[in-house]
Amino acid sequence: MQAKLSVVALSVVAAFALSACGEKEAPPAPVAAPVVPAAKPEIVVKLGHVAPMTGPQAHLGKDNESAAILAIEELNSQALEIGGAKVKFELLAEDDQADPKQGTIVAQKLVDAKVNGVVGHLNSGTTIPASKLYFDAGLPQVSPSATNPKYTQQGFTTAFRVMANDVQQGKVLGEFAAKQGVKTVAIVDDRTAYGQGLADEFRKSAEANGIKVVADEYTNDKATDFKAILTKIKSKKADLVFFGGMDAQGGPLAKQMKELGLKAKFLGGDGVCTPEFMKLGGPATEGQFCSLPGVPLEQLAKGPEFKSKFTAKFGYEIQLYAPNVYDAVMVIADSMKRANSVEPAKYLPEIGKTNMEGVSGKIEFDEFGDLKGGAISIYKYQGGTLAYVETLGGSPVAEAVAEVKDAAQAVAGAATAVGADAVKSGAEAVKTGAEAVKGAADTVKAAVEKK
Amino acid sequence: MDIFLQQIINGLVQGSIYALVALGYTMVYGIMGLINFAHGEVVMIGTLVSITVTSTLAAAGVPLGLAGLGGLIAAMLVCMALGWSLERIAYRPLRGSPRLTPLITAIGMSIVLQNLAMIIWGRNYLTFPPLLPKVNFEFAGAHFTLVQVAIVLLSAAMMGGLVFLVYRTKLGMAMRATAQNPAVASLLGVNTNRVIAAAFVVGSALAAVAGVMVGSYYEIAHYQMGFMLGLKAFTAAVLGGIGNLAGAMAGGVLLGIIEALGAGYIGDFTGGFLGSHYQDIFAFVVLIIVLMFKPSGLFGEKTGDRA
Repeated sequence: MQAKLSVVALSVVAAFALSACGEKEAPPAPVAAPVVPAAKPEIVVKLGHVAPMTGPQAHLGKDNESAAILAIEELNSQALEIGGAKVKFELLAEDDQADPKQGTIVAQKLVDAKVNGVVGHLNSGTTIPASKLYFDAGLPQVSPSATNPKYTQQGFTTAFRVMANDVQQGKVLGEFAAKQGVKTVAIVDDRTAYGQGLADEFRKSAEANGIKVVADEYTNDKATDFKAILTKIKSKKADLVFFGGMDAQGGPLAKQMKELGLKAKFLGGDGVCTPEFMKLGGPATEGQFCSLPGVPLEQLAKGPEFKSKFTAKFGYEIQLYAPNVYDAVMVIADSMKRANSVEPAKYLPEIGKTNMEGVSGKIEFDEFGDLKGGAISIYKYQGGTLAYVETLGGSPVAEAVAEVKDAAQAVAGAATAVGADAVKSGAEAVKTGAEAVKGAADTVKAAVEKK
Repeated sequence: MDIFLQQIINGLVQGSIYALVALGYTMVYGIMGLINFAHGEVVMIGTLVSITVTSTLAAAGVPLGLAGLGGLIAAMLVCMALGWSLERIAYRPLRGSPRLTPLITAIGMSIVLQNLAMIIWGRNYLTFPPLLPKVNFEFAGAHFTLVQVAIVLLSAAMMGGLVFLVYRTKLGMAMRATAQNPAVASLLGVNTNRVIAAAFVVGSALAAVAGVMVGSYYEIAHYQMGFMLGLKAFTAAVLGGIGNLAGAMAGGVLLGIIEALGAGYIGDFTGGFLGSHYQDIFAFVVLIIVLMFKPSGLFGEKTGDRA
């Protein structure tokens, strides 16, 4: 009997092991070693990438890492030459478990491995403590998604981010809530640097817009049960529940709001603006709003192409920050090209001068390493997809440029009808238009700096 | 008042789940004096197996209720096999070694199971198909759902079944005998190895039921969901007096209610000085206070009649 049972157990274990082999996500296809024809020296550039690959946010971490793999493969297929040598990029992917302590451990690991630059981390809570280690080691760090304003305000010259920060996002969300006719709000945050930071900025903006905060409740980034705090919020009769946190908590929170019979609406930031949120929240998410820094991929020149490339390669939809991760890798590679060096000390000054058209939009940094003129877009959860509503905040440059373009086209059209002279004057008109736009951009810039 | 009632309902449902998981800890502890830290992971595996089976069956055209039942049975079978294998692989070879050693293998098994689940089911959250129709009841201003009612009733039934097993059957008598004194029990013809294995199997079956409950309650599942649940259930077992069946049940329900009330009222009691982020701390503070005055838990560790 005993022997028989152990056979059964073994086969169970074996079955587990087998299915484990069978269903494992396909590892990234190994990059084919480039065939080096002659004596060109080859240098290996190691880029660190950090995101939570295990834990409740592993699905977002995987998304980030996939984008980094995609970017690295593309760079390698371009056969770049920097400083007269062929360059081969290598990705050193680490897992910080979205845990600040683990974040500094892997940061030290990357510093010790002498990487040439770091893309990451995903969370503000891990990015901020790690940024000190990178700064001390003189390593450039470009975070795709750490939106807590503190990250770039520590005086670290190595810290950059390719996403608008939460000061902008919180402000826009507060204004949007006021516009929706919200009078009272309950704020829930997950006590992470991101969630708390966003909630604080939202609170400021909401209060400035005449909304009363009737409850401050807290949860954590591993929780699944929110009934207790939601019951309390219900007793405070809020019009809106604002959630500062990630989709894994936001989804169940929205669902439990409905189960408890709360009439309040739900609003959240980039952490809940994902397909996963709708999957987890079910019908309760329908008609609610969230925001994402940047403008929708579909509206950008390189967006749709990136989207289809990503899906074709990995077989699943982009979750959230993949375009920003891709851009972060490209920012580093671009700076290396311009500096003609892969040495951190040499190409670091070039990052600040970045001026490129990324898949997530235009990338330029201010003196803190923050993205210039970051716009925030509002989305509505509608029938299982994120429907774009509007873009708020940021500089109006993009819109103005589009207007000028339209004007130019109209002018050009008119010009062909009238004749060459008209074309000339038309072109001049466009020029004046462009200058006016520039002027507007400067004013916005000045206004932002004043703030 | 309706808010208070709502918080009690919230706590009662959460507490029933804690209680069911806590029974697994307490049974194993009662018999072997071992804390099976991988128990939370067994719950997680139960949830994930039932999701896979239920959705596969539902996709094949089986009605959802039947598919859910199939999922529950599959989860119980897999978890029973898993519990048995755990004991066989991680604990039996270490029988008689210092107490710390099996504790370490328990934590090791917990990590192994988590990663195994991550490899099999992936890193993403899985959604649990809604097994019961979404009926919302309202009573004196408090809302509750059919799922919540089912959870409380099913937990009570499972606990009743366990009490019957332990106190009214031959296997239960053997369990109690082994708990009292394994050496004497084996001298009197009790196959202690089989009794211990049975304790693991029964505990794991309860864990599977708890797993399906958690899954259908929150409608989400993730490979890391077992860890915190296991920790809370362990706390509940200690609160009630570990090794004591009635203690585990009462401890579970009590912990659930304490947590809900803590989150709901701690801010008001302290004038906003402490907020709902002290929810977990509140529960642990209660635990510490209980242990200070009653070191063996509320119901005491019935050493003479454990199991």
